[in-house]
Amino acid sequence: MARTGTSAARVTQDADGGPARLTGGWQAVTAHWLAKYRRVWFGTAITSFLSPLLYLAGMGYGLGMLVDRGAGGIDGVPYVVFVAPGVLAATTLQVAAGETTFSVMGSIKWDRTYHGMLATPLGVRDVVRGHLAYVLVRLTMAAVVFFGVAAALGTVRSWWGLLAVPVAVLGGLAFASCCYAYSASLTNDRGLALMFRFVVMPMTLFSGTFFPIAQLPGWLQPVAWLTPLWHTVDASRTLFLGTADPGGILLHVGYLVLWAAGGYLAAVRVLHRRMVV
Amino acid sequence: MPVEPPQVPADPTGSPTYESATREPMIRARGLVKAFDDFTAVDGIDVEVRPGEAFGFLGPNGAGKSSTMRMIGCVSPPTAGELTVLGMDPRTDGPRIRAGLGVVPQRDSLDEELTVEENIWVYGRYFGLPRRLVRERAAELLEFAQLTDRARSVVEPLSGGMKRRLTIARALVNSPRILLLDEPTTGLDPQARHVLWDRLFRLKREGVTLVLTTHYMDEAEQLCDRLVVMDHGRIVAEGSPSALIAQHSTREVLELRFDTADHAARLGEVDGIAERVEVLPDRLLLYTADGEAAQSELHRRGLEPLAALVRRSTLEDVFLHLTGRTLVD
Repeated sequence: MARTGTSAARVTQDADGGPARLTGGWQAVTAHWLAKYRRVWFGTAITSFLSPLLYLAGMGYGLGMLVDRGAGGIDGVPYVVFVAPGVLAATTLQVAAGETTFSVMGSIKWDRTYHGMLATPLGVRDVVRGHLAYVLVRLTMAAVVFFGVAAALGTVRSWWGLLAVPVAVLGGLAFASCCYAYSASLTNDRGLALMFRFVVMPMTLFSGTFFPIAQLPGWLQPVAWLTPLWHTVDASRTLFLGTADPGGILLHVGYLVLWAAGGYLAAVRVLHRRMVV
Repeated sequence: MPVEPPQVPADPTGSPTYESATREPMIRARGLVKAFDDFTAVDGIDVEVRPGEAFGFLGPNGAGKSSTMRMIGCVSPPTAGELTVLGMDPRTDGPRIRAGLGVVPQRDSLDEELTVEENIWVYGRYFGLPRRLVRERAAELLEFAQLTDRARSVVEPLSGGMKRRLTIARALVNSPRILLLDEPTTGLDPQARHVLWDRLFRLKREGVTLVLTTHYMDEAEQLCDRLVVMDHGRIVAEGSPSALIAQHSTREVLELRFDTADHAARLGEVDGIAERVEVLPDRLLLYTADGEAAQSELHRRGLEPLAALVRRSTLEDVFLHLTGRTLVD
């Protein structure tokens, strides 16, 4: 290099670049998370391929055989067909929770990534948006892979089923933004374990994922209706089966958008209060 | 007064810099306060940092140094008072100011899973710098930080000194006008500290304004043209290291260690030997212009301490004199 020996300061000042923008914006934050993800993508890609396969094999065919024999399927379809869209929605929920818990807390507390970002022209909004945009990428990957596996196993009965992919991604995002706000408010990681145990797990079990919520005690059904997961599951299921009506889908999607937007606003607020003190 | 706003960092024209064109202070604080719910971290300080100087905040832990740095770095809004950084107001121009700052925080915020060069690439993009430019700069900065041969190593296993140098290299990616260093060498071994100081000297020679906090008086003496001594959120003294020593201490110090549990009890025996005596738990400090003369007087009185040492006054003595406490406890 011709310039070796000149100081860092001068070299960087007279280096010729294009006209500079003030900040890289949220895209720069997303680029950071993607750079980290590149180191582990292979593992997660395998996981997101294998886990639907295992779920559909174990739940759909194993458990499904009992259900189909005993009750003749659910709502007139074999159990594996019933459960596939539910597991799709549960999968994006898992990815959403996985990407907005420890990484958020770590960026605040442990490796202090957010402190580094906020020392630059980036603002709290960029940090949250960039993080959620990365989560969106991860959700899309997981949903697409799952859909591919589910379709290959013949559980998608309608072309409308393709629309379940964006719906499941939206459902994941709706939870991710709220989960982000929650994680950013915690001062230690005990709250994260509680969240997985008392929010993610029960929601996964009781939101119509593995059995219709009509099986729940009457007082629990309205609780299921409130969860974003039930809306994702119900929309995805009707799309998979080709029984969706546009009004119902719009309602579900609208409800999920509300969660996503509310979560985003809360996340920005909480992170601001946490970081700008 | 109308002040030409500073160029954003990557200004390609290389026009005369803000500081040389106007000689306005890089940082100016008047009555600056940072209060939290239950305590006041910074209690009305006045500071002025001039272009190209190395300015230090010296004080013990909890003196308010880091809070001050966070306000200057525009990540912590001041509670009261005036603050101008690069001629702008952090309340309204935070992002524009931060675009012209390099920040080396007290605790590294590196991405330990990424490689050394990736850390700089990713960081450069936060400033909106074009990818190609960032890659060029990364190579130059790693050269500067003596990390070129580790460019492709993952950060996690690197030594503390290397991580610190990488943090500094990363902070320079936007060619900042001011480099803020919060306790840059705390926790490093002596050799790593000297390497780091050498790099900071080079930056200073290039005209980068350095603002640093430290609780090491030797670091302050080594690096700072001017410094303020902080205690309990206030500035208790200000000046160049030598001026502060001249003003608040004597030229030499005679340190005496006696065979006693309570050094205060021996005060009477050394009475009159020095201008001033400080009592520490494990020794007496006799402040005098001529340490050897004081030592002979000691002999004449027949006093036999376990150890006696004559040394030059340092900022530590200044701090002790001003606050009655030592810097590192």
